[in-house]
Amino acid sequence: MSEWAIVWEARGAILDGFYNTLILFGLSVTLAFVLGCAFAYWLETRNPATLALRGFINCMRMLPFLILAYLLYYGLPSLGLRLNAWTAGLIALVVYYGAYFGEVLRGARLVLPEGQVEAAKAHGFTGFKVFRRIVLPQLIIKTRPLMGNLLILCLKDTAFLTIITVQELTAAANSVQSTYFVPMEAFVVVILLYWLISICLELALKWAGRFGAKRGFEHV
Amino acid sequence: MNGQAWLLLLDGAWTTLWISGTAIAIGVVLGLGVALLRMARIPFLDQLLVVYVSLARATPLVTLVLFIFLSAPTLGLNLDRNTAAILALTLNTAAFNAEVWRAAFLSFSREQREAALACGMTDRLFFRRIMLPQMVTTSLPGLVNEMSFIIKSSPAIAVIGIVDLTRVTNRITAVTYEPLPPILAAGLLYMLIVGVLIKLQAIAERKANRLAM
Repeated sequence: MSEWAIVWEARGAILDGFYNTLILFGLSVTLAFVLGCAFAYWLETRNPATLALRGFINCMRMLPFLILAYLLYYGLPSLGLRLNAWTAGLIALVVYYGAYFGEVLRGARLVLPEGQVEAAKAHGFTGFKVFRRIVLPQLIIKTRPLMGNLLILCLKDTAFLTIITVQELTAAANSVQSTYFVPMEAFVVVILLYWLISICLELALKWAGRFGAKRGFEHV
Repeated sequence: MNGQAWLLLLDGAWTTLWISGTAIAIGVVLGLGVALLRMARIPFLDQLLVVYVSLARATPLVTLVLFIFLSAPTLGLNLDRNTAAILALTLNTAAFNAEVWRAAFLSFSREQREAALACGMTDRLFFRRIMLPQMVTTSLPGLVNEMSFIIKSSPAIAVIGIVDLTRVTNRITAVTYEPLPPILAAGLLYMLIVGVLIKLQAIAERKANRLAM
């Protein structure tokens, strides 16, 4: 029992890591979502830059997240841009998951009936307005389960940042276990905390699903 | 980057591949086992498996690898790095695979079972000859997708000091003082591996779509 007491004594460090993970996760998911929407709008327009964006998104889908974090944290300084670990981690999360959000939205856009866009244009909606008022809301509601998966993936990928020395939840557990030598207990607590976050996310998704059903988009 | 650096990178890629490959091979079978047990609805065991799947899907691989590697000695188990890494990857991928297999179970048509039983097949024979082959075809795209996910999260094993394709870049940088080329080269190798898997997934999907279910 004394091991659990030690972990309880060290709760300050673990809670600090927990907050840091939550902030990193919340901030990166929000920014990545905005970036993903921007990517989706970018893909609406047809120009050579679209191809470049498609290539970029496909690259991100094939790369492990840690490689991107390594590129930003270890690779960029040799080009003269030095980021601290936290910023590099945040940017990596935003760019990586921005690409994934963009891809999910693109997939849903392909199966969206074209008639809607035509009807909107007939009603005098201009390019960006069609996207913002007609296309995007539907895409977001329809891709809700996939978005939920991305949120959980993103939460799990924040743990990779411990390798580039960001002081988040896993790093906190590691430092607590190495200081007091309570590996089992420290990690059990931390894994339960991750579980807690993802259960909250799942509940939020279920709630969002009811919203989607109310708007008549799916049958729950 | 010289030839030796490339050899080191290929060595790292091999480490990544054999560790994830072993985990995938065990994980696919284990996932099927978990799905079968869950379909049997054995009280208590069923709830236990639900908790396992939910926990394993929520735990970051980095945390899981560290947890297994560091807490095994306190339980009196002596795991070397590779075993701990394979164990962690397997526990993770088996949970996801179990969900893929279960979805295939749940969407399996009831009529086929009734027809097979009417033809005098036993439950066992029906599973082996009729159900499993079709389930393999329908689950394969999901399973391959999960394989590319496990390759993409395999850098987590670097945290316990395994020199995989990601960590090997640090080693090369320590000699050359140029971090960018090895990281880009490692990224290229990852893209190659995952690209092959994505291609396989597309083929598997085409095959699965041909099966009218």
